[in-house]
Amino acid sequence: MPRLVSHPDEVKIVTRRFGLGATEIDRYIELGGYVSAKKCLEEGSDWIINEMKASGLRGRGGAGFPTGMKWSFVPKKSDKPKYVLVNGDESEPGTCKDHLIFLHDPHAVIEGAIIAGLAIGAKVGFIYLRGEYRYLIEIVEKAVADAYARGFLGKNIFGSDTEFQVITQSGAGAYEVGEESALMESLEGKRGIPRIKPPFPAVVGLYGGPTVINNAETIATVPHIFEMGPAAYAKVGSERNGGTRLFSISGHVERPGVYELPMGYNLKKMIYEVAGGVRGGRKLKAVVPGGSSTPVLLPEEIDLGMDFDQVGKAGSMLGSGGVVVIDDQTCIVEFALRTISFYQHESCGWCIPCREGTDWLKKSLTRFHAGFGVAKDIDNIQYLAENMMGRTFCPFGDAAAMPTLGFVKKFRKEFEDHLNGQPCPFAKHVELAVI
Amino acid sequence: MSPETMTLFSPRLAARFDALVEKYPLKRSALIPMLLYAQDEIGYLSDAVVAEVAQRIGITELEVRNVATYYSMLRFKPAGKYNVQVCTNISCMLRGAYEVYERFQEELGIGHKGVTSDGVFSLEEVECIGACCWAPAIQVNYDFHDELSPELVPSLISSYRGKAGTEKKVPHA
Ligand SMILES: Cc1cc2nc3c(=O)[nH]c(=O)nc-3n(C[C@H](O)[C@H](O)[C@H](O)COP(=O)(O)O)c2cc1C
Ligand code: SF4
Ligand code: FES
Repeated sequence: MPRLVSHPDEVKIVTRRFGLGATEIDRYIELGGYVSAKKCLEEGSDWIINEMKASGLRGRGGAGFPTGMKWSFVPKKSDKPKYVLVNGDESEPGTCKDHLIFLHDPHAVIEGAIIAGLAIGAKVGFIYLRGEYRYLIEIVEKAVADAYARGFLGKNIFGSDTEFQVITQSGAGAYEVGEESALMESLEGKRGIPRIKPPFPAVVGLYGGPTVINNAETIATVPHIFEMGPAAYAKVGSERNGGTRLFSISGHVERPGVYELPMGYNLKKMIYEVAGGVRGGRKLKAVVPGGSSTPVLLPEEIDLGMDFDQVGKAGSMLGSGGVVVIDDQTCIVEFALRTISFYQHESCGWCIPCREGTDWLKKSLTRFHAGFGVAKDIDNIQYLAENMMGRTFCPFGDAAAMPTLGFVKKFRKEFEDHLNGQPCPFAKHVELAVI
Repeated sequence: MSPETMTLFSPRLAARFDALVEKYPLKRSALIPMLLYAQDEIGYLSDAVVAEVAQRIGITELEVRNVATYYSMLRFKPAGKYNVQVCTNISCMLRGAYEVYERFQEELGIGHKGVTSDGVFSLEEVECIGACCWAPAIQVNYDFHDELSPELVPSLISSYRGKAGTEKKVPHA
């Protein structure tokens, strides 16, 4: 069972019920569960959406889109059924927060999905979990069955004449399926190839019906917003970034773990105080602030408030909230290689700049790290990555190119140190390039 | 499918599949979970599995293969009874995943996607499995093992080897 951590600076809203047995429906109710859904059922769609807008909640899946606004885009009238889709594909390297939500508080996801359904007028919600999370799928399935047994789900939720069904779904291993339109394809039993946008999912989504898709953490946050009130929730965070966030802090820190901190919390403090500093008293070399696709930050750049706007201004992204801490004994070229290997492996292959670009970047970096690079390779790597940016069918291409660009630009000296027959200065995991 | 129809799967799984195709607005949505559950029971997507799943969903075998080849957890060859999947992605790499992976290679005498001659173990280097804060992490079939080190590898292997004789099928089948 994954270890839970705690720190006095945490503001436990979404993690409030973690470790308290809330997977059991009675316990969840005892801890205040399903009150928000009932209230939302009484108040109705417009009220829900307004409250959500006031909360300042922005999507926790990566892009940080305001959730209330997203819900308001769904047309009121539709010939086709509308759907709620909870994205629990969680595959961005460095991110393991949804894992804990499903493990400790599955009913919060169900309750949040009910509220999203009430907001947009959907009768069906899907909870899609990555296939590797089988034990979590079983936990969620039991929670769904219990909610049906209580009449919280079904044809007449909470004794009303409103219907809401929840269907769980398992993936089978594919990072790209986390992208919203690829996820819908996968849920329709197809390869996870993204769809062209527009039309956006809010208008034409799952089975052609208007669909709201949200990250599992976003959805699990929703009931808490109605419990504490949107103004109180918004106040916890920073400007235009309401509430808290589950930060997955991993890598070279003394106390890795998932910490719930207010939006805008200082990154330096997060590493040195919350996570106990760099492991073994070593020096900090770099930080990946929001999952593997976000550009790296240098130690002098981390005096930074962790919200979507401030991290964006610093030239990176808050992304999925996966903070990966790297110490001074680490080879950045190797780290860049491992990062691009992932994207090369996961590219769906649909469009050329991404399919070929990730392949060539991996080959170049493999050769480079093995000590067979030449000076112009460094520019070539940068040139390749720059030419992927903005030229791909879905945002995956940027997600692969951005970190590469960051590594080359900010650690050029370290790339140069690998040149001219010198193998890796850190001499780790060097394999002869077979290309 | 009617209950009398010949099926490859256990009665429990067959019943589950009968329910699964009714569960969604569109039958085909059952495809990916069905392939995964079938693989859990049979071990891999044999020609016969592909044929039966195609028939149950009402699509061609070619369509089933076209979809199945996209997903990295689905396989067309048997794996070991215990499929050891070592994450070597960034968070795990920083905390010694390659050392763990190398130790598995040594102890089991196989490499990436290899299967031991007794069929008990297979080994795979995999991408992030969503356990980054408890790195280095691995999965043996669907079971997570967190905060590993090379020293812990031999005892982990023997505990599974001990179970191999008593457990008939892979868990979760
Ligand atoms: C390549 C790629 C992978 C993604 N993976 C995930 C994921 O695993 N989980 C997730 O919630 N969002 C993921 N997203 C973002 C989704 O497309 C979508 O924006 C998100 O689920 C919307 O939810 P939110 O508004 O609550 O953030 C991914 C996006 C891309 C481009
Ligand atoms: S950018 Fe990559 S993942 Fe996205 S469609 Fe193109 S090939 Fe597929
Ligand atoms: S990087 Fe290994 S579990 Fe995420």
